[in-house]
Amino acid sequence: MSRAAHSPARSAAAHAVLIAYTAIALFPVLLIVINSLKSRNAIFRSPLALPTPETFDPVGYTTVMAQGDFLLYFQNSLIVTVGSLFFVILFGAMAAFALSEYRFRGNTLTGLYLALGIMIPIRLGTVAILQMMVASGLVNTLTALILVYTAQGLPLCIFILSEFMKTVSDDLKNAGRIDGLSEYRIFFRLVLPLVRPAMATVAVFTMIPIWNDLWFPLILAPSEGTKTVTLGAQIFIGQFVTNWNAVLAALSLAILPVLVLYLIFSRQLIRGITSGAVK
Amino acid sequence: MGSLKIENVKKSFGKVDVLKGIDLEVQDGEFVVFVGPSGCGKSTLLRVIAGLEDATSGKVLIDGVNVVNTPPAKRGIAMVFQTYALYPHLTVRDNMGLGLKQAGTPTAEIDKRIGIASAMLSLEPYLQRRPAELSGGQRQRVAIGRAVVREPKLFLFDEPLSNLDAALRVNTRLEIAQLHRRLKATMIYVTHDQVEAMTLADKIVVLNAGRIEQVGAPMELYNSPANEFVAGFIGSPKMNFVDGARLGDGGAKTVGVRPEHLSVSASSGEWRGTVVHAEHLGADTNLYLDCEKAGLITVRIFGVYNAEPGATIYATPQPGKIFRFDAEGRAIR
Repeated sequence: MSRAAHSPARSAAAHAVLIAYTAIALFPVLLIVINSLKSRNAIFRSPLALPTPETFDPVGYTTVMAQGDFLLYFQNSLIVTVGSLFFVILFGAMAAFALSEYRFRGNTLTGLYLALGIMIPIRLGTVAILQMMVASGLVNTLTALILVYTAQGLPLCIFILSEFMKTVSDDLKNAGRIDGLSEYRIFFRLVLPLVRPAMATVAVFTMIPIWNDLWFPLILAPSEGTKTVTLGAQIFIGQFVTNWNAVLAALSLAILPVLVLYLIFSRQLIRGITSGAVK
Repeated sequence: MGSLKIENVKKSFGKVDVLKGIDLEVQDGEFVVFVGPSGCGKSTLLRVIAGLEDATSGKVLIDGVNVVNTPPAKRGIAMVFQTYALYPHLTVRDNMGLGLKQAGTPTAEIDKRIGIASAMLSLEPYLQRRPAELSGGQRQRVAIGRAVVREPKLFLFDEPLSNLDAALRVNTRLEIAQLHRRLKATMIYVTHDQVEAMTLADKIVVLNAGRIEQVGAPMELYNSPANEFVAGFIGSPKMNFVDGARLGDGGAKTVGVRPEHLSVSASSGEWRGTVVHAEHLGADTNLYLDCEKAGLITVRIFGVYNAEPGATIYATPQPGKIFRFDAEGRAIR
């Protein structure tokens, strides 16, 4: 068994498969990045070529910087993503703790109700959400987006975290109770640090759809002051003419913050994914 | 200080009755062991005393005060858990001091008590380490130390040795016994291991299916078990039970003989049997005999005894060491 794993042919084959997969996964991203640095003609003439001194043209980036307020869009996206993430994790973890720790009437039913959101897409309720936001005067505010995304992220978060919290030793929580810690301190100081890998997993899975979402910003907050990056990039896509340089540049820039957040969480993430399988 | 009284405590989880009316009195300074098979309610009873579970009905009095509505931290107890339950993010020192810090004890007093406890449990070199950097035995000593520094009225141990390997188990058992002698504190100890119960306890409480079967000193339970359950549970290997009618004992439903109270002979005896299996432990030998009269029985012989499977051997119960039980399993005296 162990000899087989060390055989060079096998390990080369394994690496070949993994490298091929990595190449396939990275290809679209790479394509966006290299084309964002080329002139418009070069994009269409040879979309797969790397930028050369002749075809290099940062016009996409200059357009993005000049047209529209992209710094503001980035800021909006970040506020919405980080804000939603914070509330999803906080409320999700609290609900998961309650469901996994306390015995009360209707516990299972509440758990099922909260998990229902995983199966029903929140977009089905768009009209009602819009009406609600209009009625409460939250249209064209970032608050509206944060509220919707928090609701969207909670079900999965509660589902995953409550499973993880069941694995936290009861003895530890009881030891805390005997030492006089309040339930809040038990939650924040003992339980949360132990489910950190799970929280990172949830954070990544929650963050990416929020950052990439076009639907809700378009419907709930399309005003100039509240546009997110994905929505902002749409101004370059027209019915007849699309400014590909600008679109590609905007998308390349939009990758960066997610990448940074992902790197922050990824160390924890890997532990979270494997922790169930390998004790 | 440190007496405990339990009055008619019942506990149900939904429709399942885990404790069916427990009455018990523990004197100050006593070492009481709750013992019983898994699912008998011994851990639940300990949790009710600790306040980690609410009793469905009944009273728990510590030093004469009903503590049913008192939170665990205010009951004056300390608990040692099977899984150690140390705070992973705190050093050994902070693990031991947290409870006192929460109770608002002055720092100087906390340091003094940690000093005494860590000296007692030889934990001084490890005070700045985190639990992850300690071995299993050290972790359990820290958990015990965390209980000691609180100077509780009542020490509660929930199977503290179950996660340790055999050698450490014996060492730690010894340490707990010494700790009890030194602190003269009231201790309640839950285990399913009857060796731990016999070696540590002043008083053993045998539980089965949510009821107390018998309370008594270890030797009392060994020498005069109140019923068939206690007779079978205390003692290792388990007591042999033989149908009374088969032995021609009309007065008893069941007759019990401990494996160590059977004499063997190769030539003559009361019960003739064939050796099914022999376990040679050095200090003693366990023989499993299939007897015509008594069925499958265990015999424990002190020292080495050579017997091959298939050999014919006679076993004879020693006079005066026979236990007799009626149809309800109660001992006939």
